[in-house]
Amino acid sequence: MALYTDTVMDYFVNPRNVGEIENPDGVGEVGNAKCGDIMKMYLKIEDNVINDVKFETFGCGSAIASSSMATEMIKGKTVEEALAITNKQVVNELGGLPAHKLHCSVLAEESIKAAIKDYYDKNGIEYDKNLFAETDCVKSDSYV
Amino acid sequence: MIIYADNAATTKMSKTAINNMLPYMTDIFGNPSSLHTIGQKANEALESARKTVADCLGCEPKEIYFTSGGSEADNQAIISAAKLGEKKGKKHIISTEFEHHAVLHTLNKLEKEGFEIELLPVGEKGNVTAEQIENAIKSDTCLVTTMFANNEIGSVLPIAEIGSVCKSKGVIFHTDAVQAAGHLHIDVKEQNIDMLSLSSHKFHGPKGVGVLYSRIGIPLVNLIEGGAQEKGKRAGTENIPGIMGMAAALKEAVENIDENYAKVSYLRDKLIKGLSKIPHSALNGEPVSRLPGNVNFCFEGIEGESLLLLLDAKGICASSGSACTSGSLDPSHVLLAIGRPHEVAHGSLRLSLCEWNTEDEVDYILKVTPEIVEYLRNMSPVWKDLVNGKKEFML
Repeated sequence: MALYTDTVMDYFVNPRNVGEIENPDGVGEVGNAKCGDIMKMYLKIEDNVINDVKFETFGCGSAIASSSMATEMIKGKTVEEALAITNKQVVNELGGLPAHKLHCSVLAEESIKAAIKDYYDKNGIEYDKNLFAETDCVKSDSYV
Repeated sequence: MIIYADNAATTKMSKTAINNMLPYMTDIFGNPSSLHTIGQKANEALESARKTVADCLGCEPKEIYFTSGGSEADNQAIISAAKLGEKKGKKHIISTEFEHHAVLHTLNKLEKEGFEIELLPVGEKGNVTAEQIENAIKSDTCLVTTMFANNEIGSVLPIAEIGSVCKSKGVIFHTDAVQAAGHLHIDVKEQNIDMLSLSSHKFHGPKGVGVLYSRIGIPLVNLIEGGAQEKGKRAGTENIPGIMGMAAALKEAVENIDENYAKVSYLRDKLIKGLSKIPHSALNGEPVSRLPGNVNFCFEGIEGESLLLLLDAKGICASSGSACTSGSLDPSHVLLAIGRPHEVAHGSLRLSLCEWNTEDEVDYILKVTPEIVEYLRNMSPVWKDLVNGKKEFML
């Protein structure tokens, strides 16, 4: 069996929503280059709905595919719906990831949350701080 | 089109190797320990292969032990030399930071048993000098083990000089020559090598076969107990087809060594020159004292696994020292040993050529690689920070 599913390869080779949004309503960056993965997510939000989303990723094939899939999953959703998305859902949509790559899906979930947190902070919206726990590369790997 | 540029990982078998294996799977399938004709024919073949390999290395046939590969040979050589040293109260072992894991993990095991392991730094270029070895040797040093050439970054070590130092100090010298055998001149007597490991599948031979050369007078410790094969030092019915394929492949490689070196190193230099044009890139390893087929670069702002997958999609088989390709969080210990920061080490690419690669293939690699690097950089937030001056370029 190949390392990645056809869906992962498709989202890696033909990534959807790659790029940057000018004047985004929320930006989130997670991961760190030392660990080999950084994801940056840009959101355009209007009336509590994510109208546009773009991503930039430094990382392996599954990191790029996970972030691209995550952008598709939250586009057109409300902020609350986007916040409810879990790494497991990202993995399922990708048709699975190898065990040692699951942390890529965790980073995708975290990048959505980080961008929404930034949106909340910028707009003075109250939120439950526990929703946005800080993680680093060692912790994210422990999800595996 | 498939361009295979991962010959340091493994090579395609040669027709010579395959043709020399086939009779030992069909007609001469006997067990060399059997007394009947078919067994004795296999035994004759085994001994002829031992002679062939010995001739290629410049030693006696009785100094050749067939193993399952380079890793087993490394393990047995190091453990044997360590146990011999221990008997004499010598428990200091010298090696380098950028050895293969077959060596490093064996040394780790010995360290837990009370041996003192000293790993010499390899500097920015990735090499050690005979002087470093000489300075590190103590009265209780029982073994110096260094690779002949590095598998990742291609640096070729000054083996003859190291061998000479070890000989004058009376210390056993083992070299992991897995990347060198069949590609660089080896003469264990001239180069003062006491023990040497090699692996068949790195020079167009079959997988699962290797050699430990051990100079007469060094008692070997068994890793595998059982029958009396390999002078009682390595039990188990001999892998005759594998050994015959290996011997034929090694002979062919050694016969063509200069011609192949010239051809492959020309392609290597063309690749290095072309890839150097990619901005914010750097060659890893020795620029001159280098394996003929090894090209290893770091490209800042991208990650190696994604680079490999996109190269693969374009038909190019390569490898990388990124963490994502190793299954661990850390990138290659070799790239870290030569001082590459984690961020940069993640963006490494190794292309390893053989005499069957062509100039057209090199031209194609040089066309495709810069495009892929640029594509990945364009979606990399790290690259953007570097370009916008938020972070400083390291390369």
